[in-house]
Amino acid sequence: MDINNLNIMLLDVLKEIGNIGSGNAATALSSIINKKIDMNVPQVKILDFDEVANVLGGAEKPVAGIYFEMNGDIKGNIMFILDIDSARCLLNLLFKNNNESREFTDMDMSALSEVGNILAASYINSLSMLSNMVLKISVPSIAIDMAGAILSVPAIQFGYISDKVLFIETQFKEGNNLVTGNLFLIPELDSFETMLKKLGVVEI
Amino acid sequence: MKVVKVGMADLAVSKSPCIITTLGLGSCVGIALYDRINKIGGLAHIMLPSSLDIKNNSNKAKFADTAIEILIDKMIKIGANKNNIVAKLAGGSQMFKFSTQNEMLRIGDRNVIASKKKLKEYGIPIVAEDTGGNYGRTIELNCEDGTLMVRTIGRGCKYI
Repeated sequence: MDINNLNIMLLDVLKEIGNIGSGNAATALSSIINKKIDMNVPQVKILDFDEVANVLGGAEKPVAGIYFEMNGDIKGNIMFILDIDSARCLLNLLFKNNNESREFTDMDMSALSEVGNILAASYINSLSMLSNMVLKISVPSIAIDMAGAILSVPAIQFGYISDKVLFIETQFKEGNNLVTGNLFLIPELDSFETMLKKLGVVEI
Repeated sequence: MKVVKVGMADLAVSKSPCIITTLGLGSCVGIALYDRINKIGGLAHIMLPSSLDIKNNSNKAKFADTAIEILIDKMIKIGANKNNIVAKLAGGSQMFKFSTQNEMLRIGDRNVIASKKKLKEYGIPIVAEDTGGNYGRTIELNCEDGTLMVRTIGRGCKYI
């Protein structure tokens, strides 16, 4: 199997999983901040790694990355990335203040990790539900740094399989506040096949 | 001055005057080679320690072992002398902390160790390094004098 040649049907299936997962995440976020949260239908793409850095605004652009290990019927990793403006916007919503140039405190890092956790868990739950697989994720680990440096972690993991990455972009909206989150799903090679099989996308 | 950008799993060589740069090194390692006499530089942005570990190894610039070999060859082709070449290393950090024993998360360390081992095999001395830690780096090799600029977010900029 060559993941560089994934078909349209798979992208549709992954988009639907992303849609349900993001929907659950939006609901969870909404109940935390006690405000209505809208979301856009997620973009699902398979990109070259160089393109991923460009989507995020370049390799040197500061971003917040929240990283998880995934275990169970399939193994791999999940990375949730927020650009710095989105991270600040999210923190301002969570802490009900308006600090546009905030430095990131330990409390902020912890809050961002938790939001990443909610989003990744929502996504994994929807994947688990639709594919009938048992899936668990680790506790989150967060870093705020250059996009290229953060991305090097999943890039290296993906480097074992190919130079492409599965990319899901979701936008949350509260009033005029727009938070753009990017989720990367990185299954190990054997797990990728298991996942496709369980989703009924390919017959192996 | 001419600026040559090196992407992830990529490499480039050039004569002075030129700056060769690579952005946002995390667990990857930037291997900068320089011939001071002929003013020729080379830079590789490697992702993994060894091309022998995995099947998908057609991109030689991705691995410490194969990238160094190609970098030296290319430098010699444009006039460098192998005996003049020295090396500087940057990157190889651990961006995320985990309690679990996942070898992949130690990849930064392993990339640095593999790069040093390969340079030793070629008899190339490492004259400076800025490796490890838990932060990203952008580097620029100036082919005029061989200085390597290392820029970070929140930790400033230095020349090694």
